Amino acid sequence: MRTLIFRSIAPFLTSLMVLFSIFVLLRGHNEPGGGFIGGLIAASALAIYGIACGVAAVRRAIHFHPMAISAVGLFMAALAGVLSVFAGVPYMTGLWIYPSLFGVELALSSVLVFDVGVYLVVVGAISSIALGLEEGDRD
Amino acid sequence: MASQSAPLVDLSAVYVTGPVAAADWLVAAPVVWCILVGAVLVMLRKNTRVQPLIAIPALGVLVLMTLALVWHVIANGTVTMTMGRWLPPFGISFTVDLLGAFFAATASCVALAAGIYGRTDVDDSGRRYGFYPFLVLIMAGILGAFMTGDIFNLYVWFEVLLISSFGLLVLGSERAQLDGGVKYAFLNLIATTLFLVATGYLYGLFGTLNMADIAVKASELRGTAPLMTLVTLYLLAFAMKAAAFPVNFWLPASYHTPRLVVSALFAGLLTKVGIYALLRILGMLFPFEREALSLVIAIVAALTMILGVVGALAQNDIRRALGFLVISGIGVMMAGLALGSPAGLAGAIFYAAHSMVVMTALYFAVGIGARLGGGFELTRAGGLYARSGLIAALTLVLFLSVAGLPPFSGLWPKIMLVKASLDVGAWWLAGAILVTGLLTTITVGRIWVLAYWRPAPGEAGEAAAATPLPVGATVALAGLVALSVAAGVWPEPVMALAQDAARGLLDPSAYVQSVFPAEASQ
Amino acid sequence: MEPLFAILVGALFTVAFYLFLSKHVIRILMGAAILGNAVNLLIFTAGRVTREVPPVIGSGSDVLAAGAANPLPQALILTAIVISFSFFAFLLVLGFRAFQKLETDRSDEMRLAEPVSDPSPPLGY
Repeated sequence: MRTLIFRSIAPFLTSLMVLFSIFVLLRGHNEPGGGFIGGLIAASALAIYGIACGVAAVRRAIHFHPMAISAVGLFMAALAGVLSVFAGVPYMTGLWIYPSLFGVELALSSVLVFDVGVYLVVVGAISSIALGLEEGDRD
Repeated sequence: MASQSAPLVDLSAVYVTGPVAAADWLVAAPVVWCILVGAVLVMLRKNTRVQPLIAIPALGVLVLMTLALVWHVIANGTVTMTMGRWLPPFGISFTVDLLGAFFAATASCVALAAGIYGRTDVDDSGRRYGFYPFLVLIMAGILGAFMTGDIFNLYVWFEVLLISSFGLLVLGSERAQLDGGVKYAFLNLIATTLFLVATGYLYGLFGTLNMADIAVKASELRGTAPLMTLVTLYLLAFAMKAAAFPVNFWLPASYHTPRLVVSALFAGLLTKVGIYALLRILGMLFPFEREALSLVIAIVAALTMILGVVGALAQNDIRRALGFLVISGIGVMMAGLALGSPAGLAGAIFYAAHSMVVMTALYFAVGIGARLGGGFELTRAGGLYARSGLIAALTLVLFLSVAGLPPFSGLWPKIMLVKASLDVGAWWLAGAILVTGLLTTITVGRIWVLAYWRPAPGEAGEAAAATPLPVGATVALAGLVALSVAAGVWPEPVMALAQDAARGLLDPSAYVQSVFPAEASQ
Repeated sequence: MEPLFAILVGALFTVAFYLFLSKHVIRILMGAAILGNAVNLLIFTAGRVTREVPPVIGSGSDVLAAGAANPLPQALILTAIVISFSFFAFLLVLGFRAFQKLETDRSDEMRLAEPVSDPSPPLGY
């Protein structure tokens, strides 16, 4: 698998896929996409990088342990629901604000925070399994 | 986008528009709290010293939350919070009645004790594998299952607790753990898949997954839909989760393999989630089908309790004997479900709460005994009374309690169940409960005589005599024993609570009204 | 369509249960994977099979078009797929570790937790 071509392309492919995963994550509220599918794309990007350049390189590249990334995502997702306590509505109710940035109206919501949390959970969990299996091959 | 277009439909037909009382947040808080704390603990997974310092106070807060929830439910009746403001039955409701709140509070107490006991029982490597995160996350699954008002959501919480329990079971990946883990994992996977199959059929028949909605619609559909098939499938799935007789073999194969505190937690809580689901779905949603199946359930119950305790009698390993006693207790609870009368269900509820506390405490006691040098094998154990009179006394209390002897907490639910069986003329069921009590007395009496009373055989005793008593573990044990004794000496409040909870199951109108306040008032 | 789907679900269940009866953990694992898919198809069929109207609310509208497919079974299936996928991953790792450490993948040879020659408890005091 570790041909020169694959090893040279893998970093570009990985960064493109991570970028695309973030695009999919952000468009997800009203169009196909979202945190789960975005997270899967990002995790497969990391898996490709792992196949090409080795697991150690991936672990260096993402800096944090995959489970820690998952945990941050879980925390964010649960906390996104708690925001609704301040609005006096039930848990997990979507709250929206529309700030204006450079004349463009941005629709920000607690749903987005939740989705980012899901994204991180999926990236962390799937890449932790994938990296674990790739490491397991060698012993 | 949402900001520009005017809504075309009336929003009050979509959203819960009523105000949310601050106290209603108690419904969501325990589960959310567990998930948040669990996430923090996963982040700190390398920091093994800090983990218990966060987890134990957090579990203490959880106990306070669930106690406040019980108090709230007693004061104000069933409470509902519908997630995301979507009107039920479309939104997922968390609906807590007395049964859910009572079980949640008991389970939280047990989890707190397990957290304290884990400080001495789980070493650094076990903590690095994630004992505390899994402990808190399994509580999220268990409490979610007790509180949710949506059947598919119940399935999801089952899976949350199952995944966490896999993590706890193979903590350390020893050979025997992997062996037990394979059997546990596959059989439980099949059980939850059966649950999912039944839920798929239920959705096809009812077009709804909200429990209150199902309770209302079940009477309309009774003539036309094959509800018996559906309920039998649920009975099989949950009996498998609860480890009732023909489908119980995963439990003795796995419960003695993990670390002791994990066995204790599983024995106390996991099978009771199955019993809770049986009570909720057969007892509340489909009472007529339960009535039709009652003879089957009663036979299963009698076989489960008798064969469970006979299995316990044949074991040399004390932990495995306790595993069989867990199964035997499940039979007693299913007897209450089979009777289905208010007294029967109340007895089952009381017995389930008693079993959560006592079974966990029993494993704790046996673990401390093994730590003091007794080991787990009856052929080699001995001399524990000489080593620590306190532990021997606490263990004796638990043994008498699990056998159902006065004045401890096992007595009252058994009296309720025996009386309820005799009321409907099911003398053989009453007889099975009493014979089980006798055989349990023999089993635990033999364990006590051999492991505690008998002098330590040979030189094995002296080497371990210097082991100090683990303080934290003893505190956790004593706390649970105190709960059991308190429920045995002052049973009236618990009995009244269990009877109210049983009435809430048999007449779900309060439950339905809590979820659909508008329809009921029309 | 429904009878066809029902037959397919039945066939998948048969295959899954046949594989469950095997002694090899890897076959049981495959059975679990097939069972998960069978259940997903079952839920999908239980939600009524309809044709060609996707459950998407168009712009300028706040309600679904008439006759649209039921989106709820799809949401349920998505959840079930995620769960069964993670279970499958876990069981795969567990089965592999068990195979490495116990050096067998036959379930009837896995007797470490329940030894065949477990001694009886003492019969006298």
